Amino acid sequence: MSEIDRFMDQPVNWLRATGPESDVVISSRLRMARNLAAFPFLSRLASEQRTAIIQEVGEAVKRSNFLKNAYFISSTELPELDRQFLLERHLVSRELFLEEGKSAVAITPDEMVSLMVIEEDHLRLQVFQSGLNLVETWRIADEIDSELEKDLDYAFDGTLGYLTACPTNVGTGIRASCMLHLPSLVLTKQIHKVLQALSKLNLAVRGLYGEGTQASGNFFQFSNQITLGQPEDEIISNLEGVIRQVITHEREAREYLKKKRKGKMEDQIWRALAALKAARMMSSSEAVQLLSLVQVGIDVGVLEGQVTHTDLNQLFLLIQPAHLQKMNGKELGTTERDARRAARIREYFSKVAL
Amino acid sequence: MICNVCGTKEATIHLTEIVNSKMAEVHICETCAEEKGTEFKTYFNFGDLLSGAPGLETTLGASGKKIPLVCKDCGMNYEDFAKNGRLGCAGCYVSFQKPLAIVIKQVQRSGFHVGKKPSRIPKETRSVHDLRQLQEKLRKSIQEEAFEEAAHLRDEIKQALDKLKKVKRPKSE
Repeated sequence: MSEIDRFMDQPVNWLRATGPESDVVISSRLRMARNLAAFPFLSRLASEQRTAIIQEVGEAVKRSNFLKNAYFISSTELPELDRQFLLERHLVSRELFLEEGKSAVAITPDEMVSLMVIEEDHLRLQVFQSGLNLVETWRIADEIDSELEKDLDYAFDGTLGYLTACPTNVGTGIRASCMLHLPSLVLTKQIHKVLQALSKLNLAVRGLYGEGTQASGNFFQFSNQITLGQPEDEIISNLEGVIRQVITHEREAREYLKKKRKGKMEDQIWRALAALKAARMMSSSEAVQLLSLVQVGIDVGVLEGQVTHTDLNQLFLLIQPAHLQKMNGKELGTTERDARRAARIREYFSKVAL
Repeated sequence: MICNVCGTKEATIHLTEIVNSKMAEVHICETCAEEKGTEFKTYFNFGDLLSGAPGLETTLGASGKKIPLVCKDCGMNYEDFAKNGRLGCAGCYVSFQKPLAIVIKQVQRSGFHVGKKPSRIPKETRSVHDLRQLQEKLRKSIQEEAFEEAAHLRDEIKQALDKLKKVKRPKSE
């Protein structure tokens, strides 16, 4: 069994909906960019230099206490479906997924840490946590980084800090982000006010799969934009402070919906559930929209005890295209996928009574 | 230096181009440059790519010499960076220091790093990093109106600066 197939059988840890504030914050992630001093950045890398970097990092990974048990996977040798599978699990980025030259990724068996080798920067470390737990992601990333730097010489400048291929990452090289589920703010049409206020605070808001993706199904990814001029702990506490405010707003909007628009909201939730229980064909985007409404149902107590956040979070992942195809054992066309997705969802909701 | 194109007039424009990782230099007079306008246009307009980058434009204009900015270490042209936003190597931060400072000012909070540093770095890098941490502390203490602490930090910074100068001087002599 390949290492990737082993992931297939386990639920994603950071999606288990157990962390702090997990009714609103799905997950926390910290991404850290580093480059090796002895090599040019990605755009100027020769093929043999790529091999040398992968080799050097591979050695450092073996010596790291934190990463020694990680699977070290050459991502270019992976079939496209497996790469997409890792992308859906956020273990590789879109950039690495699209990268044509040699690259690699080290993933811990619990999927809480992934280290991409030769992405936009030589090293891109990602640490995940369930719920709002940015402090912990930074603690772990810091520890791994300190282990790796014993073997690796990073490109570092006294004034500019860690040097990165893009000046938007220079300095600390860290991007902290949280995935938030904000259905009540969307339903009460307050989300734009929140997003507008955020853009003034040097924070970025993106869709489910990071840069360049649209917000779908009421999921939003919040992250810091500034990497230079602020120490890591301050970047994290600033972002966390803002996210706490957004959480408060979401819960207020939820209370408002519960009190003032109970009938209409319950109608939407039950309709969504009916469609999920009955549909024979369903696209990813429709499924995400409807499942998001079911999440609301749990939050406001309509579906309490029948469906859990943990199950739903996993279901979100299992109905993604590559996951459906991996489970099927072979590639599927769009129509077939839509049918399988609908079947899988019906199966899950069969125990829920309308 | 005589113009490479007409071979008669004095060349006032000097271009460095990297072709197949070999560096080629072109020296050209203003008349020929005007005639060859379109061919060389890309070089002359790279200042415009960074709209609102007055520092860069004036240094270019005033000197009368328009030299395309090329990284000494990896040969990347600044123009390429302006197009795709990715630098070629760590050395680009030195070669493109001036225009990059403007870019960094637009996208970042300040021009210097505060936070983690690798445990193994050259002494001089460490000293510069330490100095930056002190300057950040000073900025904060002034913001918090802790003036006694600020005065103390200012003295520390002065000492650190003197030390840095002492380290640098023997090299330049």
